[in-house]
Amino acid sequence: MDWRAIWLSVRLAAATTVVLLALGIPLAYWIVFSRRRWKFLVESIVALPLVLPPTVLGFYVLVAIGPLSPVGRAYARIAGHGLPFTFEGLLIASVLYSMPFAVQPFAAEFASVDRRLLEASWSLGVSRLETFRRVVIPLSVRGLVTGIVLSFAHTLGEFGVVLMVGGNLPGVTRTVSISIYDAVQSLDYAAASRTSLLLLIVSFLILASTYSLQRSVWLKARR
Amino acid sequence: MAAAADLNAALSDLIARFGGSHDVDVSVSYGSSGTFYAQLLNQAPFDLFLSADVDYPNQLAARGLTLPQSEFTYAIGRLALWAPASSPLDLEREGLQALTQASVAHIAIANPAHAPYGRAAVAAMRSAGVYERAQPKLVLGENVAQAMQFVQSGAADAGLVAMALTVAPNVKGKGRLFEVPASSYPRLEQGGTILKWAADVDAARALRGFLLSADGQAILKQYGLSLPGR
Repeated sequence: MDWRAIWLSVRLAAATTVVLLALGIPLAYWIVFSRRRWKFLVESIVALPLVLPPTVLGFYVLVAIGPLSPVGRAYARIAGHGLPFTFEGLLIASVLYSMPFAVQPFAAEFASVDRRLLEASWSLGVSRLETFRRVVIPLSVRGLVTGIVLSFAHTLGEFGVVLMVGGNLPGVTRTVSISIYDAVQSLDYAAASRTSLLLLIVSFLILASTYSLQRSVWLKARR
Repeated sequence: MAAAADLNAALSDLIARFGGSHDVDVSVSYGSSGTFYAQLLNQAPFDLFLSADVDYPNQLAARGLTLPQSEFTYAIGRLALWAPASSPLDLEREGLQALTQASVAHIAIANPAHAPYGRAAVAAMRSAGVYERAQPKLVLGENVAQAMQFVQSGAADAGLVAMALTVAPNVKGKGRLFEVPASSYPRLEQGGTILKWAADVDAARALRGFLLSADGQAILKQYGLSLPGR
């Protein structure tokens, strides 16, 4: 079993989830509470990875972070090395790729919070930020957990994007899905099926525990 | 038919010419030979398989998945070191030694675990004595065409790829090229076979015949792919 690839995938999924939590919560809040007319455009961009083939996303990311783009050059100047074929490059791609899996559950849950509770809080002089922290977030635990778990699980299973931007470096960009693919390609079907089975079981357990959590009393009681 | 990724440019030319004289619609899937092999073991619905080596067709034959005696060798692949025209590397003069320069961060090759051109690239670097220093810089494409794409996009500084891809019309003249001496890597004998379940055996035979004909070989030769002595 390719433990190095498994560990890399876990680290990538965890890092992606943390970044998506930090980016996704403000973004989801903005999508739900903004009155801008063009916010549907932002929603569409966030949802794009759901419909776009991973190859398209991967190809664009590779070009966008490469030395031929201003972004790639700026990063290389600051960091001293380029982004393609690095963990950071893969992280950027994964964040984009899993964005809808975090932002959409967050936004759906924020939107379902009873508006009257917010208005009551605001009219009592509590700031918007404080209201968000003390009213919206506690009422959105279910959506937050769903978003976190889906981001993690989705990144764990990511393949096409990694194939396009990764370059298959052991311990850096050879994730578990690439490792399985390589095993199949090298006709090592036994190794492929061992790792596949592990991934299948882990994915199932993650999803099963999330869905069971959603049914549990302590989350429901807060609604 | 299923075709190795290095044939991408050559085959579209070849099939256009073939279509001119035969009433056959040819559709081609390009990929790495290892992928196709795995798919063909599961009876993927291809009529003809053009591999980047001879092992895969031979193994299919050994498993009784091909038409008897339908294996053939249609080309010898050549390996090239390629970098974009803007590259500061003097590939033409330095050859593989250029890969050891500090300015080279990434070298793209096809995955040697399953792509014949990847194995050839590793062998060539070993014979040139640069493998130890180049190895940490290697990035692996899923097939040789992706390795080429890594270099074209600028993400990798140079790549060891199929000569056939560097002379494709959309690439020709846009890069710096060094042909790796054929003596420094095992011969890339490219073979093909007709599958047992081919839907149109006659068409597959006709295409095989055309590939091996003087006309077909002349086209392959433009892409640095022909059989020696033809």
